[in-house]
Amino acid sequence: MTEEKQKLIVIGAGMASGRVLEHLTETDRDAYDITLFNAEPRGNYNRIMLSPVLSGEKTYEEIVTHDDAWYAEAGVSCRFGERIAGIDTTAKTVTSETGEVLAYDKLLFGTGSNPFMILLPGHDLHGVIAYRDLEDTQRMMAMGPDNKVVVIGGGLLGLEAAAGMAARGVDVTVVHIMGHLMERQLDEAAGYLLRKSLEEKGITILCGANSKEILGGDGRVRALMLDDGTELPCDLLVMAVGIRPNVALAQDAGLAVGRGIHVDDQMLTSVEDVLAVGECVEHDGAVFGLVAPLYDQAKVAAQTLLGEEAAFVQKSLSTKLKVTGCDLFSAGDFAEGEGREDIVFRDPSRGVYKRLVIEDDKLVGAVMYGDTADGNWFFGLIKDGTDISEMRETLIFGPAYQGGSPVDPLSAVAALPPEAEICGCSGICKSTITDAIAGGATDLGAVRATTKASASCGTCTGLVEQLLQVTLGDDFQMPAAQSVCGCTDLTHEDVRRLIKSQELKSQPAVWQELGWTTPNGCHVCRPAVNFYLLADWPLEYRDDPQSRFVNERKHANIQKDGTFSVVPRMWGGITNPDELRAIADAAEKYDVPTVKVTGGQRIDLLGVKGEDLPYIWADLNKAGLVSGHAYSKGLRTVKTCVGTDHCRFGTQDSTGLGIKLEKVLWGSWTPHKLKLAVSGCPRNCAEATCKDIGVVCVDSGYQISIGGAAGMDVKETELLVQVPTEEEAIEVIMAVTQAYREGAKYLDRIYKWLAKVGMEWVKAQVVEDLDNRRALAERFELSQSIYRKDPWAERAKEPAPFAPLANLELEAAE
Amino acid sequence: MSWIDIGHIDDIPLRGARVVKTPVGCVGLFRTGEAEVFAASNSCPHKGGPLSEGIVHGQKVTCPLHNWVFDLNSGEALGEDARIAIYPVRLDAGRILLDGAAVGKRSAA
Repeated sequence: MTEEKQKLIVIGAGMASGRVLEHLTETDRDAYDITLFNAEPRGNYNRIMLSPVLSGEKTYEEIVTHDDAWYAEAGVSCRFGERIAGIDTTAKTVTSETGEVLAYDKLLFGTGSNPFMILLPGHDLHGVIAYRDLEDTQRMMAMGPDNKVVVIGGGLLGLEAAAGMAARGVDVTVVHIMGHLMERQLDEAAGYLLRKSLEEKGITILCGANSKEILGGDGRVRALMLDDGTELPCDLLVMAVGIRPNVALAQDAGLAVGRGIHVDDQMLTSVEDVLAVGECVEHDGAVFGLVAPLYDQAKVAAQTLLGEEAAFVQKSLSTKLKVTGCDLFSAGDFAEGEGREDIVFRDPSRGVYKRLVIEDDKLVGAVMYGDTADGNWFFGLIKDGTDISEMRETLIFGPAYQGGSPVDPLSAVAALPPEAEICGCSGICKSTITDAIAGGATDLGAVRATTKASASCGTCTGLVEQLLQVTLGDDFQMPAAQSVCGCTDLTHEDVRRLIKSQELKSQPAVWQELGWTTPNGCHVCRPAVNFYLLADWPLEYRDDPQSRFVNERKHANIQKDGTFSVVPRMWGGITNPDELRAIADAAEKYDVPTVKVTGGQRIDLLGVKGEDLPYIWADLNKAGLVSGHAYSKGLRTVKTCVGTDHCRFGTQDSTGLGIKLEKVLWGSWTPHKLKLAVSGCPRNCAEATCKDIGVVCVDSGYQISIGGAAGMDVKETELLVQVPTEEEAIEVIMAVTQAYREGAKYLDRIYKWLAKVGMEWVKAQVVEDLDNRRALAERFELSQSIYRKDPWAERAKEPAPFAPLANLELEAAE
Repeated sequence: MSWIDIGHIDDIPLRGARVVKTPVGCVGLFRTGEAEVFAASNSCPHKGGPLSEGIVHGQKVTCPLHNWVFDLNSGEALGEDARIAIYPVRLDAGRILLDGAAVGKRSAA
C-alpha cells in the first residue's frame, strides 16, 4: 500500500521560495506533491541580476534560475500568471482566481515585496514606474539617447537603475532626499566618491532634493518638480525608494502580520502548517531585502518541511553595488552603536577610502571604496567577532600586513630605491630630491623651488619632509604645528590652493581628496574649510551652519551665561526715532537686562534668551532693522563722521560713502572680522586709520588705506591708493576685500595677510591692474548675490530650531 | 528603560544638536551621522558652556566657550580630568527615543 503524498502549495515563485524548492527536491524528491502559484507569468529568475540585464551586460535568458525543464524534473506543478484569491486555514484549502479549490497539508508564503511608491501628486501618470520586475526593466530598456529619465531614490536599486540606463546613453538624473548617496550603507566620504564616479558616467545627481509633484500632459509624465520649484523634464520616472513586504494575502487569511508576516526561528507563521520565507516575512522585528538571509531562511524552511531541526539566525550583512566601475563594499554596522572607534585610510590619488569601525577590540563595521579586495576578509572578522587588538595598528592594510612588525615610515622611505617616484604630479624620483638636498636645498620650500617636487598637488609633502629628515638627520626640523589641525598635515595655504586647483566643492571632497585622517574634521578645520569653499565656489557650495562657531550659526553673540547679544545694523552709524523706538520696545518686551552703545556706532541688546532670538528679530525686522553681523567673521560696521553734512571741516560726504560701502559689503564672509571707517577730513574723527580698511577724505578725493588694527595688536593702516571719485573708492574696496577673501588664511585679519603677501603685491592686484581690479570686484559681487541678505529675516520665519526639541520637565512635575 | 519619543531624527541637522529639557537638567541630543544620535548633559563642567551649541565632529562635540572636547560615547573630556553624564538613546524608524528613567522621569503608572 502506498501512502498518499503530502500536498505542499507554494505562493510566489521568487528567489527565496525557489531556494526552498531546490533544497526540498534535492533532499527528498518524493516528500511532497508540490504546486507553485506565481502572479508573474513566469517562473523563478534571479531578480538581483536585473541591473546587468538593464545595462545590456546580460540577457533575461541568462538570469533564469528555474526553467520549464527544471520544474518538470523536480515534479513541481506550475500555475504561473494565476493569483490566489483566498485561503481557508481551517479547511486547509486555497482558492485560485479561477475559482478552483486546492487542499494543502503545508502552505508556504513567498509573496515577496511590493515597491514603495511615494504618493506625490501625479504618481498615477503613465510613465511613472517602480524598479522591481522584468516589466519595469523592459520599460527602462526601451529608453535611448533621445530620452530623459528621472530616478527618485539614491539607494542601491535607484543607482543601479540609473547606471543601467546611463550605459544605454539615456540622460539620467537621480533625485535623492538625503545628503549623500546610499546613506544606509555608506558614510559621507564613500558617498562622495560614489557620486563622483557616477557623475563621470554622465549621471546627474541631486542630493538633499525633495520631490514635490510629478507634472504631466495628456496623462503622461512630463517632468518632476522639486520643492524649490526646479523642474526636471523626463519621459520616464522611476521610483526606487524602497520596498514593503507583500502581506495582503496573509493578512486576509488571518496570519499574524506586523511590517511583514510574523515567523519564528523555524519559519513557521502564527497559523499551523503555514510557513513563510523571503522579503514578505518579519523575523524578530527585522524585515529583509538582501539575498543572503533569504537563502538562509529558505534552507531552514525546507528543513522544517522535512521534519528536521533547524533555526534561522540573523547575521551581519555585506553589500556590493552592481555598477561597473564603482568598486564599493559595505558590511556590518558602521553607523550606529556606542563605544566605537574609527580607523580611516584615504589614498586620494587612487580614489581609495577605507573606514573600519571597532568596538570592544572587535571589528563591527567596514566601508570601502575604490579598493575592496580585502572586503571579505574584513567581513569574516566582523562575522566571527575576532579579537583584533593584536593587529590593530596594521588592520586597515588588510591580511597581507598581519603578523609582521609595525613599519616605521622613516625606515620605509630610507629603504626606497633611488629611482622610486616621490612626486607623481611632476614625476620626480627620490634621487633627484636627495641630490637637491645635498646641493643645499635644506627645507621644503627649497626642494620645491629646485625640483618642483610637492609643488603641485602637495600630497607628497610628507614624503619629501621624511626624505629631508632621512638625508639631513638632526639638521632638519620636521615642521610642527603648522598644519591646519590634527586632521591633516596640510597647511591652510595648501588647503586653499588645492581647493582651487582640484576644484573641490564640498567638504567630503576636501576630506577625501586631501586625505583627512578623521571622518569629518574637527572644530578647528571645519569652519576654515567651510569658509574656503564658500569663498571660492559661491554658487556651487552652500554654507554649512554646522561647521560654524555658535555665534555665526545663531547669528548672535553667545555670552558667558549662555544668553545672546543682539546688535541691529545702523547703516554708517545713522539711525532715527522709529528705529530707536523699535529697539526700546524690543528691549522691554524681551526683558533685556543690558543695553549698550558699541564702539561701532550702534546699539547692543545683551542677555537675550536663545529661544527668543527669532521673535526679537521679527520685531526688529518690522521696523526695517536687519542683522548687524556683530558676531561674524565678515563685515561688521562702517564707522563714519558727519562729513560735509554738518561739519565745518568736512571735505566729502563721509557719512554717505560709509552708508554706500556698508550696503555693498554687508553679509559678506571674510577670513576674520572686517571693520571699516570713513573720515570726512584728515582730523580723522571716525578713527579710520586703525581699521581693517579705512578711508580718509581729502579735497582731491579719497585716501584708501588697509591693514590697521586696534585689538591685541595696534597698527596704523598703510596707504593703498588715493582715488578721485566715490565709485572708484567703492570698486577698490570691493576688490581688495575679494583679494583678502580669496587668499588669506582663515582667522588672519587683513594686517596679518598683508604682512605675508606684501603691499606691493596688493597694489599690483588692485591699483595697477585695472582689469584685475574689475574682475575681483565682479567676483565679490557674484558672491554677494548669494550672501547680501538678512539672515535674521530668514530665520525668524522658522523659529522651531531655536526652541528645545522636547520638554520632559513639565510632565514630571505633575 | 522607559523609552520616550522626543522627535524625529531630521529635527536635528546632521552634525548639529538640539536640547531637551528634563528633570535632571538640559540634555543635548547630538546627531553625529545620518542615523546616529547621542544624548549627553548639555552643560560643560568647565564653565557651564551649552554643549549643544558646539561643533559636532566624529563622535565628539567641542564646547563653544573654551573648546573643551568631549567624547560622546563615554562623556569624557579629552585631555581634561572631567566628564559629562551620558544617557541611553536609540532610533526607531527615524524617531528618537530617550530613556525617561535615566533623565529622572517617573514612569507613567
